[in-house]
Amino acid sequence: MGKPTRVTNSIRALRFAADEMTQADLADRVGVTRQTIIAIEQGRYSPSLEVAFKIARAFGAPLDEVFHYPEEES
Amino acid sequence: MSFEEKLTWVSTSVTVIVVLVYAWLVGGQISETPVGEIAYQGPMIAAAAAMVVLTIIGAIVTAIGAAVSAQITGERSVYDIDRSDERDAHISRRGDIVGYYVSSVLMFGVLVITMLQFEYFWIANGIFTAFAIAGLVSSAVKLVSYRRGF
Repeated sequence: MGKPTRVTNSIRALRFAADEMTQADLADRVGVTRQTIIAIEQGRYSPSLEVAFKIARAFGAPLDEVFHYPEEES
Repeated sequence: MSFEEKLTWVSTSVTVIVVLVYAWLVGGQISETPVGEIAYQGPMIAAAAAMVVLTIIGAIVTAIGAAVSAQITGERSVYDIDRSDERDAHISRRGDIVGYYVSSVLMFGVLVITMLQFEYFWIANGIFTAFAIAGLVSSAVKLVSYRRGF
């Protein structure tokens, strides 16, 4: 089965760049469960805009540096 | 596994066990006794009550287990074990919607057997079975959504 969302993200890379922040630490900062962070990282869940902004804010990065959406093929 | 996912496993397990016990107790009489004479009412009420009570007990045991685990591993605060978030809410809503449609279709079947004037035994057990199946399908959708995402 393919991934259920086309949204990709750089959360894993950003966590390592941020002093190897753990998934649990990020979950605490965002106010979600660690399982949700894992699901987002693996592309199994697209978060709401609010959670997406909170994740970006946790890294001090703009939203489109954390989440990416592929260009439509014409 | 999130706390909400564990609770879904608890309610699913309880439903399967209780329905199987009920089917064993009541269904076993169908071949020997006319259905109009089978005393299904007591076991059915007991089964419904058992589902509620066992699910509550299961949730309490799950919470205690999660708290003990959190205490031993020190990975998170014991006050944080039952955290749920938007993903849990989305998954729960998704399962509930599918369960609603399944119960609606099955209830239509019960309506048909009622119009055909089947014995009360079949009507009552049809409703009981419809709720059980809808609950299990709803739980299955939730568990698959937790595993595969959506």
